[in-house]
Amino acid sequence: MSMSDPTRPPGAEPAGPPDDDPRRADADLLQAEADRLQAELEEARPPHAGPLSQLSAAVVALAVGVAGAVGSYALGLGRLTQPGPGLWPFAISVVIIVLSAVLVVTGRRLQDTERFSRSSLLTAAGLVTLVALAALLPVIGFEIPSLLLMFVWLRWLGKESWRSSIVISIGAVAAFYVLFVLLLQIPLPRLI
Amino acid sequence: MDISPILEGFGVVLEPANLLYCFVGVIIGMLIGVLPGLGPGATIAILLPITYGIGPVSAIIMLAGIFYGAQYGGTITSVLLRLPGEASSVVTVFDGFALAKQGKAGTALGIAAIGSFIGGTVSILGLTLVAPVVAGFAVDFGPPEYAALGILGVLLISSIGNGNKLKAIIAACVGLLIATVGRDTFTGAERFTFGSLNLAEGIDFIPIAMGLFGLSEILYNLEERHNQVHSPAKVGNVWPSRKDLGQAKGAIGRGSLIGFVLGVLPGGGAVLSSLAAYALEKRRAKQPERFGRGAVEGVAAPETANNAAATSSFIPLLTLGIPANATMALIFGALLIQGIQPGPQLVTEHPDVFWGVVNSMYIGNILLLIMSIPMVGVFVRILRVRPAIMAPITVLITLLGAYTVRNQVYDIFLVIVFGVLGYLMKKFGFEPGPLVLAFVLGSMIESSARQSLLIFGGDPAGFLTRPISGTIFALVLLVALWPLIGRFVRRKTPARVEEKISS
Repeated sequence: MSMSDPTRPPGAEPAGPPDDDPRRADADLLQAEADRLQAELEEARPPHAGPLSQLSAAVVALAVGVAGAVGSYALGLGRLTQPGPGLWPFAISVVIIVLSAVLVVTGRRLQDTERFSRSSLLTAAGLVTLVALAALLPVIGFEIPSLLLMFVWLRWLGKESWRSSIVISIGAVAAFYVLFVLLLQIPLPRLI
Repeated sequence: MDISPILEGFGVVLEPANLLYCFVGVIIGMLIGVLPGLGPGATIAILLPITYGIGPVSAIIMLAGIFYGAQYGGTITSVLLRLPGEASSVVTVFDGFALAKQGKAGTALGIAAIGSFIGGTVSILGLTLVAPVVAGFAVDFGPPEYAALGILGVLLISSIGNGNKLKAIIAACVGLLIATVGRDTFTGAERFTFGSLNLAEGIDFIPIAMGLFGLSEILYNLEERHNQVHSPAKVGNVWPSRKDLGQAKGAIGRGSLIGFVLGVLPGGGAVLSSLAAYALEKRRAKQPERFGRGAVEGVAAPETANNAAATSSFIPLLTLGIPANATMALIFGALLIQGIQPGPQLVTEHPDVFWGVVNSMYIGNILLLIMSIPMVGVFVRILRVRPAIMAPITVLITLLGAYTVRNQVYDIFLVIVFGVLGYLMKKFGFEPGPLVLAFVLGSMIESSARQSLLIFGGDPAGFLTRPISGTIFALVLLVALWPLIGRFVRRKTPARVEEKISS
């Protein structure tokens, strides 16, 4: 990482053409500098995805709007003197539809989506452990699912060593037990 | 002005339990400001279940402490690691890290702490003076004014935040739509419940906030590559010299004012104000080239301003009931959970909450100043805790915490669903903030809009003919059309930026 770059004074930038309002030029340079730093920090993120993902995001939003409009129309719009339950959600849905339609047309060249990469699999794996915890909690109590979740996250998602994964997960669950069950006496479903 | 409620507010704060919650809040805030990964919004969301068990005053004192404490903590990573903990500390990096490289990290941190303290305190004083006046003005507001204010708030936060504005407003509308799930309070009809008993009660604020702010951030951070190993710069003497203080004096004063004023505006007050304060100092300086090479003012100005802004952003919430940013939306939700409606009546109906919270900020800022100067060493050590260890612990706190609110596994699933939604939103460039904020304001906007229609006899033109709601709607229109106006006025700018990139 080049240290010299973002710490360089913003004033030392190759200045653009002379501006009649120096104050704005200053603020713009500063904003550019801040953006650059932000961009550098975001280097740790996956690269941005293409127009297809922009399009699909906009279409999903459009679908939400259409579903909302259809659903609220079915609820009954009523009239302005006597608004029905569907009037307000219908109005919002129409706004969503209009804005998403604009997004479909204009948003294709935006660069704010992120590609799904191999590390997205980590998120998927993490998600599985969350669902497993929620499903197992009422059946076998919180201790074993929590232990499993901690261990999976530490060992495989966080790439900690076997030893520290085991030690930290046992320690954390024990601490949770003391805090939630013994001290706060919260009725968590539990094995012991 | 009657100052006895203010004094009673100090009485509330000085109760040992409240002092403890204030202390716990600022400690947590500073810690999460220092630790990578979670921001104050996520932390407050995750801790919402705790506020169920404690009184409203203590709960809000603690949550507020987390919020402004994080502003102090974020500075430490900016200066030592060149990693701004928060967007509002980005500009601090320029001179803060330069000072650290010269072996003056301690000076930078000390100046930042003193500036933050002064900025925060000036802002609380301003809050004390301004808030009751604004609340007094707003006390006569009727449903049309509230409907208008709510819409303005949602629109401002969506359009001032970072990211694509169109997407932000779509996200906000989805939040408004989610807020309609459940039984309609006017007609009793069930909306979007799909026959589910759980959905008939509506969707609770806590799982939404925990999922969209807390869990989604953890899931999102799992993809980050943690290959950069930093070793924090050494921290020497933390007390800034008299010369440094003298240099920073003006910057701190001006930063306080800029922060206070910009913080009141909904949207990125803290971020905007730190940029503005830095820019102003650089313009005023006799040798602007010092900036970026370790100018003390370059640390003092933004850090003072962001703290002042964090404090003054409480004003719209406590006086109008309109949260100025995503974190304030969480505090709004926490107040609602406690059965307290934030708004102009707050100062008269719940003076203990109002003045207790406001005055707790004096104490909190003093605690932070005391802690941050001698304890920098401790916080530097905390920087070594790896995100890989923090993540599963936070996940467990989130999921088990969600369960404890109503002892229902359904709530855990709800958190997971909204966590995934938030993750996907971030992947596709939608900010979850506007959604949560709109969700919080949704039912208020709907019910005031419908009440207004009843008042007006079904004529929506009534919104525009009432002077105050009409003015607010004019503002709404201005904000909505601003991008178009802005494009017209600033046609020159893009060309210049392109030139800058190519040169």
